[in-house]
Amino acid sequence: MKIVKTGAAGTLESSDVMITVRSNGSNGIEIDLNSIVEKQFGKQIHAVVKKTLADLQVEDALIGVQDKGALDCAIEARLITAVYRAAGIEQVNWEALS
Amino acid sequence: MSERLRRTMLYVPGNNAGMIRDAAIYHSDSIMFDLEDSVAYRQKDAARMLVYKNLKTLDFEGIETVVRINGLDTPYGKDDIKAMVKAHPDIIRLPKTETAQDIMDVEELIAQEEEKQHLPLGTIKMMAAIESPLGIINAYSIATASDRLIGIAIGAEDYVTAMKTKRSPGGVEILYARSAVVTAARAAGIGAFDTVYSDLNNEEGFAEEVRLIKQLGFDGKSVISPRQIGPVHEIFAPTDKELSFAQKVIEAIDEAKSKGSGVIAVNGKMIDKPIVERAERILELAEASGIIIPSEGENYAE
Amino acid sequence: MPNNIINHEIPDVILKQYGRDHFSGAYTNTPHVRVDKGNRSLPRLSKIIDTLEQVILKSGLKDGMTISFHHHFRGGDKVVNMVMEVISHMGIRNLTVAASSLTTVHAPMIKHIKDGTVSQIYTSGIRGELAEAISNGLMDNPIIIHSHGGRARAIETGQIKIDVAFMGVPSCDVYGNANGYTGTSACGSLGYAKVDALYAKKVVLITDFITEYPNTPFSIHQDQVDYIVQVDQVGDPAKISTGATRYTTNPRDILIGSLAAQVIACSGYFEDGFSLQTGSGGASLITTKFLREYMEKQNVHASWALGGINAQLVKMHEDGLIKRLLDVQSFDSEAIRSIGANRYHSEIDASYYANPLNKGCAVNKLNVVVLSALEIDTNFNVNVLTGSDGILRGASGGHSDTAIGSGLSIVVAPLIRGRSASVVNDIQTIITPGSTVDVLVTDRGIAVNPRRKDIAEDLSRYKLPIVPIQVLKEKAQKIAGIPEPINFEKKVVAVVEYRDGTVLDVVRQVKA
Repeated sequence: MKIVKTGAAGTLESSDVMITVRSNGSNGIEIDLNSIVEKQFGKQIHAVVKKTLADLQVEDALIGVQDKGALDCAIEARLITAVYRAAGIEQVNWEALS
Repeated sequence: MSERLRRTMLYVPGNNAGMIRDAAIYHSDSIMFDLEDSVAYRQKDAARMLVYKNLKTLDFEGIETVVRINGLDTPYGKDDIKAMVKAHPDIIRLPKTETAQDIMDVEELIAQEEEKQHLPLGTIKMMAAIESPLGIINAYSIATASDRLIGIAIGAEDYVTAMKTKRSPGGVEILYARSAVVTAARAAGIGAFDTVYSDLNNEEGFAEEVRLIKQLGFDGKSVISPRQIGPVHEIFAPTDKELSFAQKVIEAIDEAKSKGSGVIAVNGKMIDKPIVERAERILELAEASGIIIPSEGENYAE
Repeated sequence: MPNNIINHEIPDVILKQYGRDHFSGAYTNTPHVRVDKGNRSLPRLSKIIDTLEQVILKSGLKDGMTISFHHHFRGGDKVVNMVMEVISHMGIRNLTVAASSLTTVHAPMIKHIKDGTVSQIYTSGIRGELAEAISNGLMDNPIIIHSHGGRARAIETGQIKIDVAFMGVPSCDVYGNANGYTGTSACGSLGYAKVDALYAKKVVLITDFITEYPNTPFSIHQDQVDYIVQVDQVGDPAKISTGATRYTTNPRDILIGSLAAQVIACSGYFEDGFSLQTGSGGASLITTKFLREYMEKQNVHASWALGGINAQLVKMHEDGLIKRLLDVQSFDSEAIRSIGANRYHSEIDASYYANPLNKGCAVNKLNVVVLSALEIDTNFNVNVLTGSDGILRGASGGHSDTAIGSGLSIVVAPLIRGRSASVVNDIQTIITPGSTVDVLVTDRGIAVNPRRKDIAEDLSRYKLPIVPIQVLKEKAQKIAGIPEPINFEKKVVAVVEYRDGTVLDVVRQVKA
C-alpha cells in the first residue's frame, strides 16, 4: 500500500496506542517509538510494527508510535487502521488479513 | 447441561482497548463488544479492526462472545458482518430490528461469509434487539425468522422515545414491551433478554429492576458495568428453599431410576417433567452462582 | 570536712559511697529552669526559638551527623524541604538523612545531594524525581531501605543514631507537648515521630500552631523536646489528608477486593474477635467493604484493626464492628477526627507497631492482613519497591512486618498493569520473603502458597478461582508477552534491609 497522506488511529488511554502513519518518500520504514514499557517491550513492538507493515506491503512510511502499554493485537489493529487511513483506502481487504 | 446461562451480557465499547482486554475477568455469562452506539462514526473502522484483532487473539476463557454490529441501513453493517464472521464470535447481535426481513437480510450475509471462511453453515448464532414499537408488534415473527436466533432482547431507550414517553422507576412504560418480548421469545423457544439500566450509582433501583425482569421470565440482562454483574447473579441465584427442593427432586429421580419405579413424589407432590427440568435448572444456577451444595456444610461463598 | 555552698557539712565518705557530688546551686544542673524567675514559674518557660537557623545552631548540628524526619504529612510535607534548605545554606555537609519515608514532594533533596549536604539516606520509601535520580546513580552511597518495624529496631538498638530529629507537628505548646490531631495541618497519629522523639539526642519540633499549655493529650512529650520553632506552615492540608477515603470505582480493583474478602471469609481466620489490617491501595481498601458485608451477614466482629487507619475502618469502629483501632498512621480526615474523638482509637508508635526485637509488637497479634504488590514471583516473594523498569518507585512500609506477623497474609494485585505482568519468574527487588506470604489474589485467579496447605484446604470447599501460581504467571505471559530483561550497571543504588537488619537485596543503577 502506498502512503499518500497522514493517517492516525488509536488513543492515549491506558492499554492503547496512538499510531501515526506519514509518507516517507522512498526512504523505507522509519519508526519513532515512545512507550511506557520501552525497556521491556521495545524490540517486540518494533517487530510487530515491521511485520504488520510487511503484511500490508507498505514499503515506505514514517510511523509514530505513542504506546500506553497496548498488547500486540491492539498495536496491529491500530497500525492497520492508520495505514488504511493514510493510504486513503476505505475498503479493508479482510480476506488478506490474519 | 441444558441451555446455556445468559444472566448477564457485559457491554464493552468496541473502540476501548483496555476494556476489551479485561472484559473476561468479570465472569459475566456473555460479553458484548459494541460496534454500534458506543462508537463514533469516524471511529467505526478503528473499532471494527480492534474488535477483530482482539477476538482473533485473546482468550475469553469460555465466556460467550457477542458482537453488536451496525444495522444494514448504515454504511457500516455489511463490513461489520464481513469482518466479524471471520473473527468468529459466538453470536452476532443485530440492533434496532423491526421486521423478520431485517433478520433474514443479515442471515444471508452471514451465510455468504461462512461459506467463504469454510465454516459450517449456521456456525455463527444471532441475537436481535427490538427497540421500536414496530419491532414489538413484530416480536414473534422476528423471533422465528431464523434458526440462528438464540434470543431476542428489548432495547428501551429508543423505544420509549418513539412511544413519546420516558423511562421511570418501576418501568410501567415498557411493561407491555417487556411482556411482548418475553412472550414472543417463549413462544419461539428462544431466550429473552432485558434492556440496560444506566444509573450505575442507584444500586437499589437496579436490584429492583432485576427482580422485576426475573419475575417476568427474562433469562438475563445487558449490563453496562462489571459492577452490575454480581447483583444480577445474586438475584438470579436460587433461594435455599428452591435449592433444597431441587436437590430432593433430583435425588428422588435418581432413586426411582435405580429402583426402576415409575411415579415419584417429593413432599407429597407428584413430580413431573417440568418440575424435573426446573430442578435441574436450579442446580445449574446454584453451581454458576458459586453456591456450594449444602452437603459440604451450609456456607456460601458468594 | 567540706561544706557545700549553703554551708551544710557533707561527709566525703557519703559522697563517695553513693557516687554523688556536692550541691552547687539550685540552677546549676538544671539548665531548663530559668534563673531569673526561679522554678515557681515553670509553666511560663518556653522552648521556642525564633528561627530555624538559630535552632540548628543551638542543636549543635555538625558535618557528618544524622538528622531525622517523619512522613506523617505525606504528600503535603513542607518540613523536610524547609529544614534541608536552611541546613544547606548554613554550609553543613555530609549529613545522613534518616527519614521514616520520603515522597514525591522531596525532589529538592536532589540538589542537597549534589552540593554534598546529604551523603546518605535511610528511608522506607522513595518516589518521583528523587527516586529516579537515585536509580540513575545520583548518590555515591547507596540508600538504605528499611521497613517501618525495621527502622524502629535500628533506632532502638542504636544502629541508627539520630543526632537531631526535626519533627513537624500540627500543634504543640511552648514546652513541647505535641499532638497530631489539632491544628490546620492535622495529620492524626504521630506514630513514626514518637520513636525519633524518644531516641534522638536533640529533638526539634517545628509547628504552625502553638497551643495553650499543656497540650493534652499529647503524643510527643515535653520531656523529650529540646527546641521548638514556629513556621508559617508545616504542610499543605489538602495534600496531608484527602477527605474521607472513598472506595474505588475501578471495576478491576472492586473485583480483586471482593475476591480477597471472599478468601478471608472462607478462611479459618474469619471468626468473632479476629484482627485485621488493610492497606490503602484501591483493591486493598475495598476489601474492607466486602468484608464488612460478610461480618454483618454472619455476625462476626473484629477485636481490632491495625496500621494505617482510614474512614472506612473508623466507620466500622463507630458502628461497633471493630472494637479497637491501633493507629500508627491516619490516612484521611475521618481517621484524624476519630483519633481525637474516640476512646478506643489509640495512637501507637512504630516500635509498638512492628519492631521485631522489642518485647512484643502488634503485628505479631494480627490475624489477617491485605497487602498490595508491584511484582510477585512464583515463590511468592514480593516487590513493592521498584517498577518493572527497575526504577525505585515504592515503599517497604509495613509490608514485610505484617506479612510475617499475621496468620493470613494476602497480597492483592492486578495480574497485568499496563503491559507489565505482576506475577513473574524473577522480581526486580525482594521486600517481603515468600515464606511469609500466604495467598495471592489477582483479577485472573487466586494462588495459595503451597506452604499453607491448611488455607488451601479451607478455600477448596468454596467456589473460588484457585490455581497454582505458575498458571497465573503463564497466563500473564500469554496475554502480555515476555519482556526483555532490564539492563543494570554494576553500581548499587539501594540496599534493602530486612526488618531484622540483615541485607535482603540490593537495587542496581538502571542502564541508560
